[in-house]
Amino acid sequence: MPRETAYEHSIDHVQVLSPDGSVDSELAPDLSEDDLLEMYWTMKRSRRLDERAIALQRRGELGTYAPAVGQEAAQVASAHALADEDWMVTSFRETPAYLARGTPPRMLLWYAMGMEEGSATTRESRTMPPSIPVGSQALHGAGLGWAQEIAGEDAASLVYFGDGATSEGDVYEAANLAGVFDAHTVFLCQNNHYAISVPRAQQTRAETLAQKALAAGIEGVQVDGNDALGTYAVVRDALASARDGDPVFVEALTYRRSLHTTSDDPSVYRHEEEEQEWETRDPIARFETYLRDRELLDDDRISDVEASIEDDLRGEIEAANEGREAVDAEEMFDYAFETPIPELERQRAEFRDAVSGGDGDGR
Amino acid sequence: MADRQRLVEAVRNTLLEEMARDDSVVVYGQDVGRNGGVFRATQGLLDEYPNRVYDAPVAEAGIVGLGVGLGTYGFTPVPEIEFSGFMHQAFHQLQQHVARLRSRTRGEMNCPMTIRAPYGGGIRALEHHSESFEAGYAHTPGLKVVVPSTPADAKGLLASSIRDPDPVVFFEPTRLYRAFRGEVPEGDYTVSLGEADVVQAGDDVTVVAWGAMRHRALDAAENVDASVELIDPRSIVPFDTETVLASVRKTGRCVVVHEAPKTGGMAAEITARINDRALYYLEAPVQRVTGYDVPYPLFAREDEYVPDEDRIRRGIERALSD
Repeated sequence: MPRETAYEHSIDHVQVLSPDGSVDSELAPDLSEDDLLEMYWTMKRSRRLDERAIALQRRGELGTYAPAVGQEAAQVASAHALADEDWMVTSFRETPAYLARGTPPRMLLWYAMGMEEGSATTRESRTMPPSIPVGSQALHGAGLGWAQEIAGEDAASLVYFGDGATSEGDVYEAANLAGVFDAHTVFLCQNNHYAISVPRAQQTRAETLAQKALAAGIEGVQVDGNDALGTYAVVRDALASARDGDPVFVEALTYRRSLHTTSDDPSVYRHEEEEQEWETRDPIARFETYLRDRELLDDDRISDVEASIEDDLRGEIEAANEGREAVDAEEMFDYAFETPIPELERQRAEFRDAVSGGDGDGR
Repeated sequence: MADRQRLVEAVRNTLLEEMARDDSVVVYGQDVGRNGGVFRATQGLLDEYPNRVYDAPVAEAGIVGLGVGLGTYGFTPVPEIEFSGFMHQAFHQLQQHVARLRSRTRGEMNCPMTIRAPYGGGIRALEHHSESFEAGYAHTPGLKVVVPSTPADAKGLLASSIRDPDPVVFFEPTRLYRAFRGEVPEGDYTVSLGEADVVQAGDDVTVVAWGAMRHRALDAAENVDASVELIDPRSIVPFDTETVLASVRKTGRCVVVHEAPKTGGMAAEITARINDRALYYLEAPVQRVTGYDVPYPLFAREDEYVPDEDRIRRGIERALSD
């Protein structure tokens, strides 16, 4: 018996703004000048915050920090496509997305200072706290998207993860369950090419990560994640589809130009030539060229933007330091449960006794 | 007013009542919809609430992880894991997210899930269907762990769990689902989590047992020549330490019974609490009557693994002998 084709599919790749600055005007999103400049400002602000954070970590003022240098367009442009009523669900490298969502830098610094104050995002903000276990948050994004379907809400959820997360079962379960339950979810995989030291080619034999959607029966699409205009357009359309109960898996091709975290040394596992090649595809530089071409930016305006970012970050770092001074260790007992547990109240008493110089046995 | 029901019927009726009381309650899980659950604990729910009861694919991590999203959004997820032995596939979601969401966000968000799962042995099931891992969940700060032993408690504890803003793992002893009928109060009825049931008062020895073991301990107590005080804690977290301590201070002797393996089990924790706060009242070492530190055997050896009436009776006699 000859074999017949049971299923055929292909994955689209989208690019609107090419590295040389030329634009596909048919696909270009209709963004206002204010929107474009806000995206630019947020991308620059994120890059600068990463630089400041690495310096602060080196001085011993922060714990481990995961910079997003190189991924600013993938995150800021996608988050810019969110409406206020949409949910954002993140991993641990989403500084640009949090900034685009309005989270103040001081919170991101607090988290890196080891304080839960930094992950205390509110339900009202529809922004989830960072998730450290790789890929586990994809299910939360699927759950929120399912909740929106059950509630009949005209809104969606956007969940961020990296290329390494696609090797985790939770990401497949999330895509599959989202399809089954018509979840209003967009999965945004930032393929930054490395899972710590393991390159994308060793994560999977799949040609693209977007095709991981196919096994779940949902749409998959690949976009140039260093192209802010293309990423915005693709994610805007994906969110529109998700609001109708058709989840989408977007692979944003990008590159982690800096460290996995401040404890990492990429020189062990990757070559300078590759890093230099990706430097020429830098998402901020490309966007800047485009905005200069449109005469929305010039040298003076760029200097103004940079000065305002310096000013802003100085204030945020000051506020973060003031917050750190106010840490009260006993508060750890306040949040484990909402309704009190007698054994934990006993341990709180032991803690008080121990910090006040007693023997801490609390009997 | 009271009605005589089996434990599984009490669970089902309580789910119906809680869904009627609170339209944020969403029930989902493998086979819970059309099939009504493999133990029939969700029978009829789909007909009554077609938009709040869902059959889920076979994906335990997915079922629990989706609940984080549902709970954060504002629903009250009440998923069923078909057998608690398969909840290990979701343990990372429980430990890393469900239990921590409130701490992680300093109380800004919470996950008011009640995860129901059949628990314990006694139904001659396949491998992995009979384990009792309550100590593992109790070792996860932020989770409450509840085990009902009677139809009335199944109702009162399940209602309390669903209404609790904290996440609850609700273990239903498979052996008891259809073992007997018991009086179940009608109308709104709750049992506070963390309030032990003194099943029977006594003066000579305290026996602590939950789930199916409560009933075996009661049978064993009838066959010893002593006055046994039997305490069913009903929830493992929060645990009613004070009731156990008060009893031990009175009797001076204690036996803890559970199906789970001995090492690191809840009996060790309860013994430690007694040592901390009632050591000088003890007349004899606290006795543990538990499963052994072996993988839960297939059913040809199950009856020898799970504490039976005889082992419990001998445990009580050891506690009385010194």
